[in-house]
Amino acid sequence: MLKIVGTVPETDFPLVSGEAALENGFVTVGNKRIPVNRGTPALLAAATCAAKALDRPAPFAHLVGDTGLGHGSRRLYADLAENLGGSDFGTIIFHYLQPDVDWHNRVLFALEKINPRPALIADAGFMYAAKMSGQAKAYDLFTPDIGELAFLADKDAPHPFYARGFILHREERVLDMIQRAYKHGNAAGCLLVKGERDYVAGPDGVHETVDGPVEEAMEAVGGTGDTLSGIVSVLIDSSMDIRQACAAAARANRLAGRYARPTPATQVGEIIRHIPRALNEVLVQKTLDF
Amino acid sequence: MTLSLLGLLKPRERKPERPGSGLNQDRGFLVFENTSEVIRAESALKAKGWRIRVMGPPSEIQRGCDLVIEFPLIEELDILRELLAAGVSPLQAVPVTSPLLSPVNLFQVKDFGPYLMVRAANMKLTVERATRIIVNVSGGGCPDVPYLAGEMTGKTLDAAESPREIGHTLCGYALQLAFEEAVRRC
Repeated sequence: MLKIVGTVPETDFPLVSGEAALENGFVTVGNKRIPVNRGTPALLAAATCAAKALDRPAPFAHLVGDTGLGHGSRRLYADLAENLGGSDFGTIIFHYLQPDVDWHNRVLFALEKINPRPALIADAGFMYAAKMSGQAKAYDLFTPDIGELAFLADKDAPHPFYARGFILHREERVLDMIQRAYKHGNAAGCLLVKGERDYVAGPDGVHETVDGPVEEAMEAVGGTGDTLSGIVSVLIDSSMDIRQACAAAARANRLAGRYARPTPATQVGEIIRHIPRALNEVLVQKTLDF
Repeated sequence: MTLSLLGLLKPRERKPERPGSGLNQDRGFLVFENTSEVIRAESALKAKGWRIRVMGPPSEIQRGCDLVIEFPLIEELDILRELLAAGVSPLQAVPVTSPLLSPVNLFQVKDFGPYLMVRAANMKLTVERATRIIVNVSGGGCPDVPYLAGEMTGKTLDAAESPREIGHTLCGYALQLAFEEAVRRC
């Protein structure tokens, strides 16, 4: 089963956990209805859609409210550190949390107690903490965009805000940045780099790139990276090989974008509803290719 | 006992650091003009419950007095706002691990015709030129990003509260830079 850990951008949203469902454009967990905009709710909605399309169990969400002060994140970190050890999730993705190295390490200790070890995916703030802690290699997959890749590549940067100019967050520098990230031990076992072209890479280099279909406006739409992380999490949890899952998820996310016919003003919810169709098409095509 | 050079050269397997073991990768230094400012800032921040400590500056920091305040770097925007309200703004805020690093100062601008997207570090802000309405905010990883996006999207650049006013983290700070650049260009 897939577990999704992250925050909801509301101050008074309590610590909740439970199976996620979609209801009239909202994602629900227990009796909580959460608008699907961007961030973890977008990831959760995309994963729920993808799981349903693939006839997989609904993802299990572990959420708390946080608008950037970090109080909610620290409550969630504490709950994870105390309770993760006894869990039996096959895949866990950590998403929008206030980056905090000490709390990250407490959670990582708890993860080490899980047997068999789940597939571990980190994105957004939790990925920043994983890099800063020097423990990136403990993870199976990071899903950075180009700006975040520059941060992983810069061994000294404590946050993408400080990623140095000489590295430049440019598409043509992606291969160099991937290499630097691995050289300094700041990348997970696999990287799915989200950009104009998506890259699936490992310590031995780039394995695959996905560059179609192209919808330029997708870059401006908040949450499209979150939907990609949601889809790839479901595919990995279905036991698909991580690299294959990355490439298939990147194609499906792009295709969902194509079906939404986006402009830079499109909101991510309009893309999420096309995920089932896109994912089915990509997976059928993949089967035919074999 | 003799130290083995080969042993020193052998790559060490990295294990998770024990919690509370002094890791400071997510900490920053606040640099002030003089010691009395440090004391006032310390009082103001401690009164609000911040996890800070006063210490001597590293050699790389050339400005300010002989004391600095160590603070949670990610929450820089919130702390700077707190200090501004207390009337004691620092000369500099720098990462502990690399005090010479400065915030990203390069912007990337993408022209979508009726829309303009401005990127600063990991944050992107897109504006409809004709109306100056913010139509999308994307990127980032700190929890104030979805909150800021929700607060700003659908408002004009003039009507929207700036990330400096309602953001808390370094992602919020990066969005502030993108916001200022969008205001300059639109």
